[in-house]
Amino acid sequence: MMMDSKEKILAVREEEIQKLNASDCRILVCSGTGCIATGSHKIYEKFMELVQDTPGIEIEFAPHDSHDEKEEKVSVKKTGCQGVCELGPLVRIQKKDKVIQYTKVQIEDCQEILERSVLEDEVVERLLYKKKGKAYLGPDDIPFIAKQTRIALKNCGKFDAESMGEYLASGGFGAIIKALYEMTPEEVVDAVDKSGIRGRGGGGFPAGRKWKQVARQPEKIRYVVCNGDEGDPGAFMDGSVMEGDPFRLIEGMMLAAYAVSAQNGYIYVRAEYPMSVARLKHAIACMEEAGLLGDHILGTDFSFQLHINRGAGAFVCGEGSALTASIEGNRGMPRVKPPRTVEKGLWEKPTVLNNVETFANIPEIILNGPDWYRGIGTESSPGTKTFSLTGAIENTGLIEVPMGTTLREIIFDIGGGVKEGGTFKAVQIGGPSGGCLTEKHLDVPLDFDSVKKYGAIVGSGGLVVMDEHTCMVEVARFFMSFTQRESCGKCVPCREGTKRMLEILEKIVAGEGEIEDIDRLKELGEMVKSMALCGLGKSAPLPVLSTLREFMDEYVEHIQDKKCRAKVCQSLRRFMINPEFCKGCGKCAKNCPVGAITGVRKEFYHIDTSICIKCNACKDNCAFDAIYIEA
Amino acid sequence: MGIMKIDGRKVEFTDEKNVLSVIRNAGINIPTLCYHSEVSTFGACRLCTVEDDKGRTFASCSEEPRDGMVIYTNSGKVKKYRKLIVELLLAAHCRDCTTCVRSGECTLQELARRLGVTDVRFKNTREERPIDDSSPSIIRDPNKCILCGDCVRACEELQGIGALGFTFRGTDAVVMPAFNKRIADTFCVNCGQCRVFCPTGAISIRSNIDEVWDALADPDVRVVAQVAPAVRVAVGEAFGVEKGRSVMGKIVNGLHRMGFDEVYDTTFAADMTVMEESAEFLERIEKGGPLPLLTSCCPAWVKYVTDQRKEFIPNVSTCRSPQGMMSAAVKEYYRDPQKAAGKKTIMVSIMPCTAKKMEAKRSNSFTKGEQDTDIVITTTELIRMIKNFGLDFSALMPESSDIPFGFGSGGGVLFGVTGGVTEAVLRRLIPEHDKTALDEIAESGVRGDDAVKELTIPYKGMDVKICVVNGLANAARIMDKVKAGEAEYHLIEVMACRRGCIMGGGQPTHAGPRTKAARAHGIYNADNVAIIKKPDENPLLNSLYETLMKGKEHELLHNEFY
Amino acid sequence: MLDQSYYQMTDEIIGRYGKAPASLIPILQDIQEEYRYLPGELLTYVAGEIGVKEAKAYSVATFYENFSFEQKGKYVIKVCDGTACHVRKSAPVLEALLKELGLSKKKHTTDDMLFTVETVSCLGACGLAPTLMVNEEVHPTMTPEKAIELIQELRGESR
Ligand SMILES: Cc1cc2nc3c(=O)[nH]c(=O)nc-3n(C[C@H](O)[C@H](O)[C@H](O)COP(=O)(O)O)c2cc1C
Ligand code: SF4
Ligand code: SF4
Ligand code: SF4
Ligand code: SF4
Ligand code: SF4
Ligand code: SF4
Ligand code: SF4
Ligand code: SF4
Ligand code: FES
Ligand code: FES
Ligand code: FES
Repeated sequence: MMMDSKEKILAVREEEIQKLNASDCRILVCSGTGCIATGSHKIYEKFMELVQDTPGIEIEFAPHDSHDEKEEKVSVKKTGCQGVCELGPLVRIQKKDKVIQYTKVQIEDCQEILERSVLEDEVVERLLYKKKGKAYLGPDDIPFIAKQTRIALKNCGKFDAESMGEYLASGGFGAIIKALYEMTPEEVVDAVDKSGIRGRGGGGFPAGRKWKQVARQPEKIRYVVCNGDEGDPGAFMDGSVMEGDPFRLIEGMMLAAYAVSAQNGYIYVRAEYPMSVARLKHAIACMEEAGLLGDHILGTDFSFQLHINRGAGAFVCGEGSALTASIEGNRGMPRVKPPRTVEKGLWEKPTVLNNVETFANIPEIILNGPDWYRGIGTESSPGTKTFSLTGAIENTGLIEVPMGTTLREIIFDIGGGVKEGGTFKAVQIGGPSGGCLTEKHLDVPLDFDSVKKYGAIVGSGGLVVMDEHTCMVEVARFFMSFTQRESCGKCVPCREGTKRMLEILEKIVAGEGEIEDIDRLKELGEMVKSMALCGLGKSAPLPVLSTLREFMDEYVEHIQDKKCRAKVCQSLRRFMINPEFCKGCGKCAKNCPVGAITGVRKEFYHIDTSICIKCNACKDNCAFDAIYIEA
Repeated sequence: MGIMKIDGRKVEFTDEKNVLSVIRNAGINIPTLCYHSEVSTFGACRLCTVEDDKGRTFASCSEEPRDGMVIYTNSGKVKKYRKLIVELLLAAHCRDCTTCVRSGECTLQELARRLGVTDVRFKNTREERPIDDSSPSIIRDPNKCILCGDCVRACEELQGIGALGFTFRGTDAVVMPAFNKRIADTFCVNCGQCRVFCPTGAISIRSNIDEVWDALADPDVRVVAQVAPAVRVAVGEAFGVEKGRSVMGKIVNGLHRMGFDEVYDTTFAADMTVMEESAEFLERIEKGGPLPLLTSCCPAWVKYVTDQRKEFIPNVSTCRSPQGMMSAAVKEYYRDPQKAAGKKTIMVSIMPCTAKKMEAKRSNSFTKGEQDTDIVITTTELIRMIKNFGLDFSALMPESSDIPFGFGSGGGVLFGVTGGVTEAVLRRLIPEHDKTALDEIAESGVRGDDAVKELTIPYKGMDVKICVVNGLANAARIMDKVKAGEAEYHLIEVMACRRGCIMGGGQPTHAGPRTKAARAHGIYNADNVAIIKKPDENPLLNSLYETLMKGKEHELLHNEFY
Repeated sequence: MLDQSYYQMTDEIIGRYGKAPASLIPILQDIQEEYRYLPGELLTYVAGEIGVKEAKAYSVATFYENFSFEQKGKYVIKVCDGTACHVRKSAPVLEALLKELGLSKKKHTTDDMLFTVETVSCLGACGLAPTLMVNEEVHPTMTPEKAIELIQELRGESR
């Protein structure tokens, strides 16, 4: 249905709200990449089937938008990621008066859920989230979720990610309606500026200032570009927004376009996110059909077209100028600035380029005003930030917390502490462009400026928790191998420097390091950091430099004692047989591919470590646990 | 406009487009490997990095000058980092300086020495790649490539050919043609501009020096040289002679000393070209086409048209280039057994141009099925020969070139610069002979640095519209316009190299704006001092037309295009 | 020589995006999707059609990891080696796969053209690390054993 005036869209919204309220029970099946991987598609289909076949249920569910069907009583919906993919497939039963959150739902459970929780008011106890013997009923009871403040992820998990109607009913498009009918473009820019929101893509540049600069350009053709490249390996918040709440992202981009008078927008989506592309395409098609994208939106003079570009597998394309080069059909090589993107961005026209999460915050800022936004977070970094919590932690997942929340709160209160009661060693923040923070930084408030002081960055929000089983040198090597592989090769410091740094790190973990290597690493690292052309190179040495600073002893151990205390580095491990446990069965010797094990049957066996290739075969085959690894 | 502080001293700037230029104007030669004012700024080598008063480092080639800037060009930090960058480049480089053709003229080598890189601590782990010697003009050695992209930008932006590109990424990156094809299998026009821009030995001139030495050593061979106009204003650069000064006399002496039997001046042939081309032009005007007439003396341009703009082949002048005309005339001359005196004649053409090496082999410019120009060497190779021989070049006394092909008019010399062909043709067409008439032509707009010059000359009651272009990319744009009917000309002169042959692909490298201006000045100066200005007044030429050439003009002086 | 049908398909794909230099990447992506690799001839053809120099088209195609001039297997397995997966031991999963299929870090595709194994950094399902993707389907919480089972399953499927 065409919504070409304020009245029309408000009327449709009323209808949608009623439709939402009319349903007695909503079965919300998480359909983020994570839950789909654990099989939530099948759960969704099962529920659909069951709901249709079960007598006593009055259904008229609408998987996609349809405004003319009759009201439903029970509906089955696909939502975006709820942030706890580990517990998937997730199913939420939403009734007027209560919400039940089920985890790890299997096909076999669907019938029971339907009968007991949908038709009756019972709870399937065994599917609830449990921790330390305690079961949690609703999602908001789960500490992991309860302790968060969700703005960008507001709708993720609550509404149908593919339904424009539900987005409308949830208050969606309120901001663009407000902007178009009640605000001038300048006022929109002003509100964003006053809110103090800083870019969530890593740089932390104030979005309002960027928009102002674009609005000021003499050139009238302008673009709005959304950076959905999300390259940080181990971070998936932008993907969750794109697949879980595509309309919010688009509304944010529309607000930007209105604010700076841009006519066209592009969303650049990372290659590995096919679902994000599908959901965004669907959203754009719905909106075009409803006249919410295209010419004369909602009957005003505002016109805006939106396009999608898929990445093709290059991390560096997350960098602004590389991204626009890629949209233009070029190699994604960053270029020198000036000119800056705000002056000459896409096709050399003034361009607003922001991150997914940045855009996703804008509608709420416009709706609730900059003061409301400033009330969240810290003075210099207002608002919330999403983080992707992974590594050696009890609860991995996607979280959104106010800026300024401390690491301690995130890791221990929300994340439930270090996995399996391990000891906290460090946390890598900001992905391959970031650094590590340790025990002594646990109470540092996480905001753009504070973290920087300690040689790390908030970055896009990757948080990898590391315990005593993590080798810091190997972690540094891992990140360096990533950036080295992803270097575009344009500038010498990054192309040649990261390569040499990686070679040195590989040497050290292989037990062939020399003590001079530490100085070489530092020298190269400082040089690359200062001299590289773009952010990739400038930040590539950070993981090395920060581990060198915090864990120098581990480097020295690797080099001088040929020892890896975390027992991670293959080459530094030695396979040994404990004569006390060895029964002399000879099974190990039989399994050793290189004949490193010799011995006398029924007595004991011995491993010649100079021959051993550390394949683990002996250890796997010893029935008496007599083989151990010495670090 | 503004003032900045460089290394503690106040420096004024006006409209410099980047901090680098301000620094250089202030007398500090900051190292660069990827900056050329004539192509886009790439910012990849990072050697031009400077530090500001806040300890921020930035590449000076890609930063706009701002009033009040405070920068340090040689702070401890940037000095150390610059050196490390060069060390890293060398570490991934085939460092065979002693046998490298570029040694002594190589920017990388020079920087290593200047910055005091005395130790390379990292092993070269780059995969070794084969050398591409498929082209008659240039040789690509990827093992010496430092990936500065200068050649890529020159070929794409100046020449519009885009034969080379970056491929793959990171440390796997290689500069090469699509699918690693041989350069000879691409649309490369052999202009050699990539080689001029390349700071290392990764792209070099295909050398034919050894063949020349062999010929010189052969008693049964008469070795004849022809020297192009642009050569004489560039050779001196290598021997401490004032930039741009014509050293034709010294070259002639030097060549004689090395054993050349005859040394002729290509200017003579340029005069022939003017005669032939003017006649062809008038004929086409009378017959009504095909117009515009496109000049044919630049082989790179001709290859571009025959490769990629086939629809314009009929427009290309059938005239051979001066090199081709000279060789054909000389060979014809020595076909007379009396003149040949039992010796085989080998024509060595000394050119500012790498494309001429290709032109010499182009079969449509052969006479009687035989290649007229046997060996083409470039200015750079000539310099190497002089050094190899050990001649004290600057002390050589000038000698005049040999007769009967040793004398050209001032108009012929002008072929060395963009607009020169047109200017010489106009001299031929305009009946007046006095100085005012010549000055009028000179001031008609043919001269000057602009890439595209348009002029309208009244001739016999009509307005002759002429376009003078240098740089193939610019020529491509003009041809697009002509094709679209947006522009109409009678004559289009194209020189593939910016500013014409004085900046040809075989000329000495490291020629900045000053050298460029000096070379152009040298050409115009040679015209100024010439006694005869107009090609049609060249007495040697006229007598040759009456004798040797009579009735053979078409056979000797024109090409066939298919 | 490619069959004429390839060029017809390419024309159709070009039609989706229009003859402009900016269409290069999406066109190549669709060709790659269609044939699971990018035939060099088609790259040259597309370049000519949309007015891009061949060297430029080649330089773009080789820049991005997703384009391959070599044919890929029926099942393209991308093992995630992103941070989350790496710290939860994705390396043994990759090794097990390579070993099972007789592949190496240099040889990516099995001779029977059934499997191609690559690595990728993050599939966006980090909570379920380590992960891998078979064509477009993500498989969670992998172990070397599960990976080998998966291969056997796929082998059976393709029979
Ligand atoms: C190597 C590199 C990779 C980047 N990757 C991303 C990315 O994946 N997503 C993103 O939003 N920003 C990324 N950025 C930051 C962008 O350059 C840019 O600052 C950001 O998209 C601007 O949006 P914001 O101001 O809203 O953060 C990257 C930067 C660099 C240097
Ligand atoms: S820093 Fe690295 S990624 Fe950035 S331009 Fe230089 S080489 Fe490319
Ligand atoms: S398998 Fe275990 S018990 Fe048997 S010989 Fe080996 S170490 Fe001893
Ligand atoms: S680890 Fe492998 S190589 Fe080493 S002793 Fe055991 S079986 Fe042999
Ligand atoms: S290119 Fe330069 S540095 Fe390299 S070998 Fe030749 S002269 Fe030496
Ligand atoms: S400069 Fe050094 S390396 Fe080169 S030839 Fe002389 S001694 Fe040998
Ligand atoms: S010789 Fe000219 S056309 Fe050929 S690659 Fe070099 S610059 Fe390009
Ligand atoms: S060939 Fe020469 S100019 Fe071209 S990138 Fe390599 S070093 Fe630079
Ligand atoms: S302009 Fe002169 S030097 Fe350049 S390619 Fe043409 S003929 Fe050769
Ligand atoms: S996808 Fe379901 S919780 Fe993340
Ligand atoms: S000259 Fe400035 S970066 Fe190369
Ligand atoms: S790191 Fe493997 S899915 Fe994100």
